[in-house]
Amino acid sequence: MEKTKFREVITPQQSFFDLKLKELWNYRDLIMLFVKRDFVAQYKQTLLGPLWFVLQPILTAIMFYLIFGRIASIPTQGIHPFLFYFSGLTLWGYFSDVFTKCSNTFVGNAALFGKVYFPRMAVPMSIVISGLYKWWIQSMVLIAAIIGLYVLGVERTNVHWTLVLVPVYIFILAFLGLGLGILFSSLTTKYRDLSFLLTFGVQLLMYGTPIIYPLSFTSGLMRKVLEWNPLTGILENFRYAVFSVGSFDFGGLMYSFVFTLIALTVGILVFYRVEKSFMDTV
Amino acid sequence: MERIKVEHIYKQYRLGQVGTGSLIQDVNRWWHKVRGKEDPTMKITEFNDPVAHDSSGFIWALKDISFSVNHGEVLGVIGRNGAGKSSLLKILSKVTSPTKGQIMLNGRVASLLEVGTGFHPELTGRENIFLNGAILGMTKREITQKFDEIVAFSGVEKYIDTPVKRYSSGMYVRLAFAVAAHLEPEILIVDEVLAVGDVDFQKKCMGKMKDVARHGRTVIFVSHNMEAVKNLCTRAILLEHGTIVSEGLPSDVIETYLMSRNQLDWGKEYSEHEAPGNAYTRLKSIELTPIREDGKPIISVKSTLEIKISFWNYVEDLVANLSLHLYAATGECVFNVITQLPPPTIGIGLHHARCVIPKELLNTGVFYVSFMLVQDTAKPLFNFEEVLIFEVEEEREITNWHGKFPGFVRPNIDFKLQA
Repeated sequence: MEKTKFREVITPQQSFFDLKLKELWNYRDLIMLFVKRDFVAQYKQTLLGPLWFVLQPILTAIMFYLIFGRIASIPTQGIHPFLFYFSGLTLWGYFSDVFTKCSNTFVGNAALFGKVYFPRMAVPMSIVISGLYKWWIQSMVLIAAIIGLYVLGVERTNVHWTLVLVPVYIFILAFLGLGLGILFSSLTTKYRDLSFLLTFGVQLLMYGTPIIYPLSFTSGLMRKVLEWNPLTGILENFRYAVFSVGSFDFGGLMYSFVFTLIALTVGILVFYRVEKSFMDTV
Repeated sequence: MERIKVEHIYKQYRLGQVGTGSLIQDVNRWWHKVRGKEDPTMKITEFNDPVAHDSSGFIWALKDISFSVNHGEVLGVIGRNGAGKSSLLKILSKVTSPTKGQIMLNGRVASLLEVGTGFHPELTGRENIFLNGAILGMTKREITQKFDEIVAFSGVEKYIDTPVKRYSSGMYVRLAFAVAAHLEPEILIVDEVLAVGDVDFQKKCMGKMKDVARHGRTVIFVSHNMEAVKNLCTRAILLEHGTIVSEGLPSDVIETYLMSRNQLDWGKEYSEHEAPGNAYTRLKSIELTPIREDGKPIISVKSTLEIKISFWNYVEDLVANLSLHLYAATGECVFNVITQLPPPTIGIGLHHARCVIPKELLNTGVFYVSFMLVQDTAKPLFNFEEVLIFEVEEEREITNWHGKFPGFVRPNIDFKLQA
């Protein structure tokens, strides 16, 4: 009998660093359908529907304006406080959204993963993409606000040429969220306590990131903490690109990039290991 | 041509609370692994233990499973609950990975471990067809091509743009199965889908599965429904405690399975000091024997069942009756019979009774037997509860419908169509 050649082999081991990108590409339709599902399902039966994507950060920015701008009087580098907070919040929203949602990949989809196989990475990828859509919509609002305030003569925003680097910033931001998210997701399959820690940690991280205050406002220990935070470089550089305030921080950007690369590598390694057997432990 | 080749598959599960104290164990395991030593928490010496259960809290769900399935074959997998069927399916469909061994596949695998996986209640039928199809591995183009066919098969045309949360459970299942049925994988894994839906729909499903096999694709079918296995499969394997104990023609494998079933529970014998009972009476033994023309020890709807009871009576000159209750698994009493009237008087000592349940009376299913010793046709001396448990298996002429007959009894009543 002729020997059959098999196209696929299932074994207990996973080759050390196999991204299975081809398989993921084959499932690109699924990824996009997950994106669509998230959008449709989230805002069905709400009165304002997708308007909430925009309203959420606007309301938060107004709240920050009242609390931190008016009451605490924290300076905003001469930028109109609303623009300052809103621009920071769009970035932060994207990161924290990707991070927290990705960290729920395994536990939140256990029922589905337990019944049918598809590349598990499709779920976090869809989160990154749907987050990007949301960020894009919010950016439109930011642009509208900048133009609006310009026309009204309230604020004259000077855009810096590094604006062309914004896609790079967003890219780093997304993959940092993804890397950390899938890492946490893998760990929470075993150590459930982490998910509680995460909710708290993300809140804390927001105050440790220059969103409601500029980096220049801080000093001493706080400054040290911010310099260790990989999000700092992204936020500062983003504001520099949009408002031409502060300075272009290449070192900070490189730090963010390297940090992201490491987080992503570790995240993927652990994710693919856990993916094979997590159904037995959930 | 071989489609699936399973080679020495083992699957180990950890029992009990996963996660408690596992960090230390994990570190320990990792440390052993780093030094290239055997995993200290994995005991391989326990392989031959039939219960496959060792003190460290691990269980071998599958032990050394090897088989292969060819192009166009429909392989039936049967076995009791806990025999390892689900584990095998999960490994084949890549939901989880084996602990040892390897599986080689040739072609796209789709599994119907449960229909409707990934349906989102807020989305419409249309949206769910696309989402579910993609989850099962179809591309958008394939789904678009088959969309009309899927909708027609499901029979929910009218509600296709309604969110599925408004569907009845029947509609939901039909839509879900319709999507799955229109996958065109080379290898299809099916688990008990026939348990859902009405008769019409079951027929459609069976037809679809036969179709799939006819087109040279491979089906692995796991079921408790022996009739369906006999009808659909070209070959079958029987799993018991995680190993393959029989392989071959479905009818032969099914017979092996039926004969091995429950035999241990068919009789009980007690010594006098540990026997259930009280100061008036104790049970010595109870035994169930199927009586069949072919002499095979199978309890099916066509087997006469003989129940023999031996008990000790400690009451002098007892005017005695036995009262036997037969219960369905769900708890309803199917019937109650008592020994002859007027009751005989029996002395102290060992006594015997015999009850014969005619063939073609009980329907398929699990039944319990309880009985009591009654004094003067009024006073129960002791109720021996659930002393016998048995399951009546299906055995019928080929019908195109493979479902379970409803009801607890299936008496052979004269009913003829004049033709």
